[in-house]
Amino acid sequence: MQAIAKRIRRGIIEMIGAAKSGHPGGSLSAVELVVALYFDVMRHDPSNPKWPDRDRFILSKGHAAPVLYAAMAECGYTPLDQLNTLRKLGSIYQGHPDVRFIPSLEASTGSLGEGVSLALGMGLTARLNGSPARTYAMMGDGEIQEGQIWESAMFGAFHKVDNIVAIVDYNGIQLDGFVKDIMEVAPLAAKWRAFGWHTVEIDGHNIPVIQAAFKEASETKGKPTAIIAHTIKGKGVSFMENNPKFHGTAPTPDEVKLALQELQ
Amino acid sequence: MTPTKPKFELKLGMATREAFGKALVVAGRENKDIVVGDADLSKSTYRFFSCGIAEANMVAIAAGFAYAGKIPVVASFSCFVMNKGFEQLRVTVAYPKLNVKVVGTHSGISIGEDGPSQMSVEETALACSLPGFVVISPADEVSATALVLAAIKYVGPVFIRTGRMKAPIIYPPDQKFEIGKAIELMEGTDVTVIATGLLVAEAIRAHETLEAEGISVRVIDVHTIKPLDRAAIQRAAAETGAIVVAEEHLIDGGLGVRVAQVVGETHPCVMEFVGIHDTYAESGTPEQLLDKYGLVARDVIAAARRALARKKPRA
Repeated sequence: MQAIAKRIRRGIIEMIGAAKSGHPGGSLSAVELVVALYFDVMRHDPSNPKWPDRDRFILSKGHAAPVLYAAMAECGYTPLDQLNTLRKLGSIYQGHPDVRFIPSLEASTGSLGEGVSLALGMGLTARLNGSPARTYAMMGDGEIQEGQIWESAMFGAFHKVDNIVAIVDYNGIQLDGFVKDIMEVAPLAAKWRAFGWHTVEIDGHNIPVIQAAFKEASETKGKPTAIIAHTIKGKGVSFMENNPKFHGTAPTPDEVKLALQELQ
Repeated sequence: MTPTKPKFELKLGMATREAFGKALVVAGRENKDIVVGDADLSKSTYRFFSCGIAEANMVAIAAGFAYAGKIPVVASFSCFVMNKGFEQLRVTVAYPKLNVKVVGTHSGISIGEDGPSQMSVEETALACSLPGFVVISPADEVSATALVLAAIKYVGPVFIRTGRMKAPIIYPPDQKFEIGKAIELMEGTDVTVIATGLLVAEAIRAHETLEAEGISVRVIDVHTIKPLDRAAIQRAAAETGAIVVAEEHLIDGGLGVRVAQVVGETHPCVMEFVGIHDTYAESGTPEQLLDKYGLVARDVIAAARRALARKKPRA
């Protein structure tokens, strides 16, 4: 899976470089989490994307679309050789995930704060249908400043939706700078616990640790699980790491070259 | 002139929101895929998810249900579900065009005493601005019941505008309704009143008063505001040459401007508008408010007279 993670990082850099716009930092921070889900944790079948009992992934932080596109293409859901059409007119790889262009996506996202609510609707459907399907929603740490996140957190615990997992990609940076300077969200784990969620705090780049957290979530009954994943914005590319500039700025052609060298 | 027996008794029936609730129970018994979300305003428990006072979350949860194949129906005060849930209606429901039914109760100013913060006078404009949405506005319990069932059968996003005030019964119990197909309730040749919701009964009353003066008024119930029945509007414009649109909604962004667009595109004629003029209302009884804000038969009649005065005589 380390090798897949590296390929996905390269894909992210190449597609955002080609698009000349996009969000590299928050795509790179989520790589191991997404890889663990798509290549180990989730029960899904790229040859049968509408299998009713499949597990589902919702990228609530829709601006990190490149990491999702790279992972889905690597799985075979969508063409690998078109990733570099990202954000271009007519591309299936829209700026934010759009089910009209990629029907195997689980949800159109991009307006922050909505993904956990979507997961709750899917989780309750699975419960009503007696389906083993589990749903995973990934948020950014800046995103959870949205009030709707806390509406959904209340709902998830109250209705005991234990077949969903909310993941916070806790990379500490949002568009304008460091989260702690803009609107502090800490103490995150304490907040989710107080809202009634089983809460696990992990290193979001350590794949065995991530797998263990998802396993713990699947064994937790009667409450949903929140995984607070400590990550590094821009992870894997030295000059992007912890650099707010690369939240929403594409690398230049020279920076792409440098980044790809680091990701050999 | 021989006095004619009124065609419509306009006996007071249920509020349209109450008819919605009853229709939903019927639909829910038949179709196990229906799930219901509500923001602290209901007591039912059957495949029902209490969402608390959190409309944004409720709408997006409905989207999640729809993605997974259910038929979610979410209901709350029109003003709260539309305004607090609007961003979620836009991105999670309309944009992927999901099969979600949104029911606004307590529409218009006829909720009365609670006042403007609870009144919904802009939701037609909001709902119609969502690409792909069907927007329904029933006039009485019969149409509300039939259209709720039709909306549930229809695959795609629907907004239904219902009211709290008891509404006069207009239709016989066996009346057929089709989404998008307006109903010509009364024939007429001099002027057409195109009405929706509570104003349909007022239009009928206006017809009766004007008929006694020899003025022939066509009355059309536009129970589907989007998509509009363009053919019925075009016919009314061509055949009567004067149109009054009447609704319990802001004139800005309401049914009137939508009808005016069709009239402009098909058969331009004089038009007058009965609705709320760029203001918020206040507390009072529903009857007092409808009277004060110009939403009763008297106002429809005055508008019809204005239209007739401006109408060019036929060559």
